[in-house]
Amino acid sequence: MSQTHDKPNAAVAAPEHPRFLAHHYGSYREQFEAGKLGMWIFLLTEILLFGGLFCAYAVYRANHPEIFHEGAKFLNTYLGATNTCVLLLSSLTMAWGVRCAQIDRRRGLVVCLAVTLLCGGVFMGIKYVEYRHKWHDGLLWAGWFEPGKEALETLDGSRRRLPPGGNSPDNVEERPDGPSPPSPKEKSRRLGIFFSIYFTTTGLHALHVLAGMGAIIWVLVRAAKGHFHSQYFGPVDYVGLYWHLVDVIWIFLFPLLYLIE
Amino acid sequence: MADAEPHASSDHATDEHACYAHVVPVWLLVSVFVALILLTGLTVLLHEPGWRERVGDWGLAAAMLIATAKAALVALYFMHLRYDKPFHAIVFLAALLFVGLFLSLTVLDTVEYQPDIKRYDELRAP
Repeated sequence: MSQTHDKPNAAVAAPEHPRFLAHHYGSYREQFEAGKLGMWIFLLTEILLFGGLFCAYAVYRANHPEIFHEGAKFLNTYLGATNTCVLLLSSLTMAWGVRCAQIDRRRGLVVCLAVTLLCGGVFMGIKYVEYRHKWHDGLLWAGWFEPGKEALETLDGSRRRLPPGGNSPDNVEERPDGPSPPSPKEKSRRLGIFFSIYFTTTGLHALHVLAGMGAIIWVLVRAAKGHFHSQYFGPVDYVGLYWHLVDVIWIFLFPLLYLIE
Repeated sequence: MADAEPHASSDHATDEHACYAHVVPVWLLVSVFVALILLTGLTVLLHEPGWRERVGDWGLAAAMLIATAKAALVALYFMHLRYDKPFHAIVFLAALLFVGLFLSLTVLDTVEYQPDIKRYDELRAP
């Protein structure tokens, strides 16, 4: 049976019962294992949640690939890549934080959690910049999709590069590209759906980042108070798992949305 | 119970309070991070104008392969699956299995019937 004890820098507790050990568990280790399994099952549900959105992407891209080729021209690859690296760094610092908790390095833990939080903030900042640009350019979801002048120029320019009579449903009659592009209404209807998919997936992901940041703040406050030690670090570990999953989801979103030929 | 034997990391002071879970060494965390950054760079590189044509139709497959490798590194080392009880890995893989089923069956279905929908749209178009 692993030793259970209370660290002196946690608040004063009855010496017989460790402060953060729930009564229905025999030891910190049991509690940790149970919590870890619980978090993995929750992550399973999160994977299925995003799975639904990836399914929408797969179906729509299978049926209308040209819309994705056009839509991706409006996304900045370098901002997306930067965001990817920011989240990867945040995963490193998160995992490092868990390690610090496990070896009783309180200050290291606080620093790691703070940097993770900062990275989350940078990610949201870049997201805001991207969204704002889209808002100004009228590049919104289906129904609200009204591309401004600048956006239309990009559209028409790229439209001419598409092979004539491609499998676009807009080319019902075999009219050539360039001189008579499809009506704006037709174009809007389909391209708007690309942005519906874009905003739903990245938007839901951004909400998850925000929720993760909230959880990290909670754990950070507790870490600063000295709640965590080598026998009790579950919350740090579980928040870490959630955060890594958010990173993994972005790892797939980035190439699917930003790196379309 | 857990496969990983509890042990103190080399830079930990006391033995009696050693963590019961595996502690990942710093060099491993940093190496995984560097590998992830390199893979990100690779996937962006393959999308650059010079490489895009060479990759051609395999673009999506290559990107997904790289993304899967990155996700595997995060899952195995950052999320600790390599050192945990196998059951956690089974939960994770089960999730992927069901998403795979979901996507493949749906895409099979849509690819089968989309031509019919398209024909109907064309007939209906003014």
